[in-house]
Formats: sequence, structure tokens, C-alpha cells
Amino acid sequence: MANMYNDKVMDHFMNPHNVGELEHADGIGTYGSPVCGDMMQISIQVKDDKITDAKFKTFGCGSAIASSSIATDMIIGMTIDEALELTNKQIIDELGGLPAVKVHCSVLADHAIKSAIYDYAQKTGKHYKGLEGFDPNAEEEDHHDIPEEEE
Amino acid sequence: MRQVYLDYSATTPVKKEVLDAMLPYFSELYGNPSSLYSIAAESKDAIAAARKQVADLIGAGEKEITFTSCGTEADNWAVMGAADALKNKGNHIITTKIEHHALLHTCEFLEKHGYDVTYLDVDKEGRVAPAALEAAITDKTILISIMFINNEVGTIEPVKELAQIAKKHNILFHTDAVQALGNIAIDVKELGIDMMSMSAHKIYGPKGIGALYIRKGVRISNYLHGGAQENKKRAGTENLAGIVGFGKAAELAGNNLQAHIKHTSALRDRLIEKVQAEIDHVYINGSMKHRHPGNANLTFEFIEGEAMLLYLDMNGIAVSTGSACSSASLTPSHVLSAMDIPVERIHGTLRFTVGDMTTEEDIDYVVSTLKNVVNKLREISSVSSKKGW
Repeated sequence: MANMYNDKVMDHFMNPHNVGELEHADGIGTYGSPVCGDMMQISIQVKDDKITDAKFKTFGCGSAIASSSIATDMIIGMTIDEALELTNKQIIDELGGLPAVKVHCSVLADHAIKSAIYDYAQKTGKHYKGLEGFDPNAEEEDHHDIPEEEE
Repeated sequence: MRQVYLDYSATTPVKKEVLDAMLPYFSELYGNPSSLYSIAAESKDAIAAARKQVADLIGAGEKEITFTSCGTEADNWAVMGAADALKNKGNHIITTKIEHHALLHTCEFLEKHGYDVTYLDVDKEGRVAPAALEAAITDKTILISIMFINNEVGTIEPVKELAQIAKKHNILFHTDAVQALGNIAIDVKELGIDMMSMSAHKIYGPKGIGALYIRKGVRISNYLHGGAQENKKRAGTENLAGIVGFGKAAELAGNNLQAHIKHTSALRDRLIEKVQAEIDHVYINGSMKHRHPGNANLTFEFIEGEAMLLYLDMNGIAVSTGSACSSASLTPSHVLSAMDIPVERIHGTLRFTVGDMTTEEDIDYVVSTLKNVVNKLREISSVSSKKGW
């Protein structure tokens, strides 16, 4: 089991960075659901359109926690526009890869980050190009529709 | 670091007495039992002795035991062999929603070939209601297959009552007893069982060897076709050392049964009591009254099983989980689902199974480690008792 994840993933899972909830968050976003087995909440602090701090809380498996940890590392210091362009693929690449079966279901960060920025934009009345067409309450895509494999 | 193995329902270590009994049959007494010279006769005698040891453990006659490659093969053979042999009588099979995949996937295969299968529901503790079985029987029913003890939650099914219902309606009754063997007294005659699947590696024997009990007088079609081995019932050169190991393991299981039950149930109870005392928001899944002596299936709310399993593994502790995230199919446990346990709780479920080598110190180490793991993951989790789901 342990060797299904590489050392970097295991390190972020065992010693996750940025765990918690920002006391004076400028934006909070949540994505996923406990029924699906993974749910991530992210809170951000923004100054001059730049993310100055981010924290996460995640219910989920090893890769969900590790990807939350590294994604928050990645967005701290980014401009809002840069953070909105962050993709799950970039997060997985930064982790050095994840088992194929985990790729679709456990990486919630890009959507959760967008939700947090959406919350910030709503509160401040700001507009960002990367949020066009984004609906934080959209039905979660069915990310479990992977063909069944033999156990 | 301390290593604690608490997954005895997955497999067990081979006991030294078992390994010692097996070793001569690899390089010294390697004769093919089907041959006619002396060394082959020794192999034949060894198989006969092992067959008696396995038969004695379950109150069967020697001729009623046929060795297979594993419990899965025994399940496949029992179901497909009965379905084929009785196809002129009917095409309906009754089983349950909580069977092992060896049984469920065999039934699904038969459904593609014209058979109808009823999958009985279970109650919140994982027990099948005998009345539900009786209600499901039709004039086309040819086989009832219900497991003896569930592998995930450890629930013991009312096998005797279920077998009686089958007998009343003149229908074959098969049970997958892979988890039951060596963990509960089994007398196939007293219970009225027609066919029973068994496996050696769950009772401190080797992997790669199982057996199917077929009551005298029951005729099912063969599954493996070929030579005349196993009284022409199961072709293929015998797994000689494996069979000898299974025999020895069965003998030990019979001799140690009461001590084994006492030892494992005491440690299992210690685990459950300590976990409940030290960790909040914990649920026990399954029946406490009708339960495998070594099984503790527990749900830790607000966290996910694979994450717990990995943290425990990093601390030298081996357990298993019903969480979808740990299965290749990404589907949560079908057993816990059938017991109506909410999916978010299934994700947070761990199965601990203790065995003969488990000690009190092991349990205490597991509980103290588990407490830290649960606390750490709950701090990370986006759900909590305060926030709710």
C-alpha cells in the first residue's frame, strides 16, 4: 500500500503543509463530498490581487491530502490570475505523479481554489477572466466513472 | 519499530509445525501420487492422511473432501458444478448481497448464461433472515449458497436454520466457510450442509490450497477437466506439499480451537473496549453476539480509511479498510453498503482481525497509535463533529 505513492506524495501526506483554516480569510471554497470519499476546503488571504496565504482542510485519502498540501504551497505567492490557471495536471506533476486510479478522483484542488477565489470575488465585487463561466455550486462531475478493475 | 499484523482474515503466517510437515514433500518425497512406484505411494499416503485431517476438522468423511487450488476455486466449482448438473431441474440460485466476490462474480457469470440469481438482503448486523430465504425459493431454485461467516464484518450467519430450509425444499445448500474454518466449531452433518468451501491459508496453512466438502450422495459437474486425480472429481497433479500443509493446519486448528477462540476473542474485545474508551465517534459494524472471534470492524467518523491505513502502515501496523479509495474499483465495500451503513461512514472503516500470534502488547500499541492517527487526520479533515458532514 505504502509503495503505491512516491516519496514526495508520502512526505506531503505524512507532513502536510498549510493545514487549517485562516482566521481572517478573504475567500473560502469547498469542493467534493464525503459520499465520494473526498472533500477539500481551502481558505485564502489576498493582498493586491496576490494570494499571500492559504490553508486547507481535507477529508480524503492519501493523495487527496498530499495534493491539497502541495496545491496550497503552489498558490501562495501567486497572483489571482495565475492561481486561476493552475490545473490538476500541474499539481500532479509537482507531486511527481500519482497512481492512475487516483488521478480522477482525489485531486480536488483546482476546483476548490477557484471556489475560494469566486468567494473572494463575490465579497469584493472584483472580476477575473479565469472565473468566467465558473459555477461553484455546479453538480460535481462524476469522477468515479472509471471502468471497474479486478481486485 | 514494532510490527503488528492485524489482518488475519486476509491471510495468516504458516505455523512452524505446518511448514515442517510440508518441507519433505518438495525435494525428498516429491513423487507424483498418480504413479505406481514406491516414492509415489508415499505421496498418495500423505494425501490420504491430510484428507482425513481436514475431514476430521468438520465432521466429514474422507471421501467427502476434494482438494482445490484455493477457496475461490471451491466456490466457483460448487456453484457452477451445481448449476450445470441441475440445469434440467431449474435455473434459479439464491445467495446474498454480502458474499465474497468469488461467489458473487461466479453468480454474475451464470446470469449471463441464462441463470436467475436472487441476492438476499441482510439486516443492519449483516445477518440473513431465514424467512427471507424461504420466501425467495421458487420451483426453479436449484442451489442456495450463503456464507458461514462474513469476511469483512465477521457476522456469523444462521447456517443451520438456512440449511434446514434448503433441505425442506429439497435444494442443495452450499456455504463458503473460508472465514469460519478454525474459528468456530463446524460439524457439517449436524448443520446439514451439502457443500462447503475451505482454504488453508486462513488457518495458518499455506496459500494455494483449498478444499470443497461435497456430502456423500451429492452429484455436481466437474469444473477442472483432465486426469483422474481426486477420485476423478478434480483434475490436475495434486499440490502435494500444500495438501500436507493444509492437513497439518487442520489438525492444529481442531486441537487448538477452544484456546484459539478464547485467545482471539479476548484480544479483540480488549481492542474494541480500549478504542471506545480512548477515541470518540467510533461505530462497531456487525453483530457482537454472532461474530468471528478475531474480528473488529470499526468506523472512525470524519476521516477516510486509506489515509488511516497508510498512517498505521508507517507505524508498522497492518489492517484493511472498506473505503472505496483503497480498492482498485473505487467502489465502497458492498458488505457495508448492504448493511445500510452511510457511504461517508464506509469510507472511514477499518477491519482489524487478530490471530494466534497477537499479544496484549500488540493491541495496546495499536490503540495508542490509532488514537494519534485518528486525531491527526481529524485535524486535517474538512468535516468534524462540530461542523457535521
